[in-house]
Amino acid sequence: MSKGTLFDKVWDSHTVGTLLQGQTQLFIGLHLIHEVTSPQAFAMLRERNLKVLFPLRTVATVDHIVPTENQARPFVDTLAEEMMQALEQNCKENNITFYNIGCGSQGIVHVIAPEQGLTQPGMTIACGDSHTSTHGAFGAIAFGIGTSQVRDVLASQTLALSKLKVRKIEVNGTLKAGVYAKDVILHIIRTLGVQGGVGYAYEFAGTTFEQMSMEERMTVCNMSIEGGARCGYINPDQVTYEYLKGRDFAPKAADWDKAVAWWESIKSDADAEYDDVASFDAAEIPPTVTWGITPGQGIGVNQAVPAPEELPPGDRTLAEEAYKYMDLAPGQPILGTKVDVCFIGSCTNGRISDLREAAKIAQGHHVAEGIKAFVVPGSERVKKQAEAEGLDKIFTEAGFEWREAGCSMCLAMNPDKLQGRQISASSSNRNFKGRQGSSSGRTLLMSPAMVAAAALKGEVFDVRELL
Amino acid sequence: MVSEVKAVSGRGIPLVGDDIDTDRIIPARYLRCVTFDGLGENVFADDRTGLKGEHPFDQGQYQGASILLVNRNFGCGSSREHAPQAIAKWGIQALIGESFAEIFFGNCVAMGIPCLTADAATVKHLQEIVTNNPQASMTVNLETMQVQCADFTGTVSMAEGAKNMFVAGTWDACGQLVASSEQVRATAAKLPYVSWSKVA
Ligand code: SF4
Repeated sequence: MSKGTLFDKVWDSHTVGTLLQGQTQLFIGLHLIHEVTSPQAFAMLRERNLKVLFPLRTVATVDHIVPTENQARPFVDTLAEEMMQALEQNCKENNITFYNIGCGSQGIVHVIAPEQGLTQPGMTIACGDSHTSTHGAFGAIAFGIGTSQVRDVLASQTLALSKLKVRKIEVNGTLKAGVYAKDVILHIIRTLGVQGGVGYAYEFAGTTFEQMSMEERMTVCNMSIEGGARCGYINPDQVTYEYLKGRDFAPKAADWDKAVAWWESIKSDADAEYDDVASFDAAEIPPTVTWGITPGQGIGVNQAVPAPEELPPGDRTLAEEAYKYMDLAPGQPILGTKVDVCFIGSCTNGRISDLREAAKIAQGHHVAEGIKAFVVPGSERVKKQAEAEGLDKIFTEAGFEWREAGCSMCLAMNPDKLQGRQISASSSNRNFKGRQGSSSGRTLLMSPAMVAAAALKGEVFDVRELL
Repeated sequence: MVSEVKAVSGRGIPLVGDDIDTDRIIPARYLRCVTFDGLGENVFADDRTGLKGEHPFDQGQYQGASILLVNRNFGCGSSREHAPQAIAKWGIQALIGESFAEIFFGNCVAMGIPCLTADAATVKHLQEIVTNNPQASMTVNLETMQVQCADFTGTVSMAEGAKNMFVAGTWDACGQLVASSEQVRATAAKLPYVSWSKVA
């Protein structure tokens, strides 16, 4: 059992009690909701005659179904419109703050909460979305939950949970040029496996994470769930505090100093005990690309698709399925693989720093013939900031489309979708079969800079050659 | 509303494959809804279309089955409860597999659907028995943690807390959670950020 970690401290301070069968009742400091997983939860509340216990600790936005081109209401998609109206109605009836389209602060739930300073160290956070792990970048313990649990949090501001084990994932050293936070997490998942984290919280520690900005840390924690870990976190430090200071919901005046003192006290102790430790050397991490149908099927951009015999026996059947689905043969280099669509956005890589990195690559060049490339800011604030910096111009002059904020082609719940067998270079987080909207569509996950490079060349390209 | 789940009996249905994610269980386009009704028809929609009638969920011999036999890391990916809801609406009342993704497992507990784990050999054996004899009746007993199918008896397991919730009929935690709202307020009052970070 872990001891003295941030996870232990936050868990203990949020424990309400022990339930009949031994699970912990855990207080949730911030509940984020969106249009996909909340309507049924509100319906369950109504059925049971329950009320939202802490409406002031609940915040809503709309992201998954949002069209990124024509946002006029009612939406063309009547089902999406119905979901939108349900959320508007539920928020109104229950006095829940709702960041709706056009308010200036709408966006992907995991982008807007950090940028407004809602996400803070030492909090417990829950959201009916698996990428809630993102918020761990601040030293919060953040869980993705299902709809029945959304109901539980609405009704009681608590969850019934069993304590997780803690694995420390240490990465030390400086990343090479052209290697980004996305590559770090793809590399970790590739090594520990997509189910390696089941039963664990991941604590990301070491100098590599200490050197990262908050946005890079969010990219890492965001994909903890792709490694099977329900949450991932990084201990708060000066970088965290500097990011938070002055944001809308950050503590102000005298509260700020109290807050920093408390945040310092919840960090993992130097002699904390972990259930497991894994270590990596930053210098050995290459720009990484997935070739298969799970985020764990990744390789360095200069490597070839692995042959079954190079893989652990347990992974071979899935590899066979992936060769077939992806139409990639073992031994084939991933470099030079032709792509059709290039997508920059999502809660993994749709923040301002991601757009800046991609714009650096795109500037002064043009998207290759026949490639559809588009950039979707993670929130209305990211969009505004990018436009203030002229990034939209850089992208459009280079032949990228510039869109409104939303989840877009990360998943297929809005008009942005792959068609048929199209293959995408995508800065998102999942390459599952059918994930991007076509049941035979294919996805190669990579960093935003690598996606930009793929757009310019029309094929998987090593971004290091463009730096 | 809450009821005990001590055993599930019925016929089995094998679904072979590792890392079957929730996007495959229920593709995102079917999430455009405000209720869970009707999801059962679309469970595994794209896999089923691709297999043109050869998917177990379409094969005649498995219609009416209630115990789903899966392999490693089943239900990984998105947190969508639409996935277990779709499986349950099709008729599944229990799952046996090598391992389950955590959010999927939690969703199933909250719905009263037990997910039991067994070693790879046991799962494979069960899948084979059912493939060869789809009519074989199967019982998984949560009190003895045993699965019985034809003349085979195997061991299954589940985390103690979750197991007890099924057996005692307290798998729907909502009632218990709501009952302690006073303690919840007391816990909240002790957390420093609750006063300085006004969320709204
Ligand atoms: S961007 Fe993708 S992963 Fe993130 S919340 Fe939206 S759909 Fe989910």
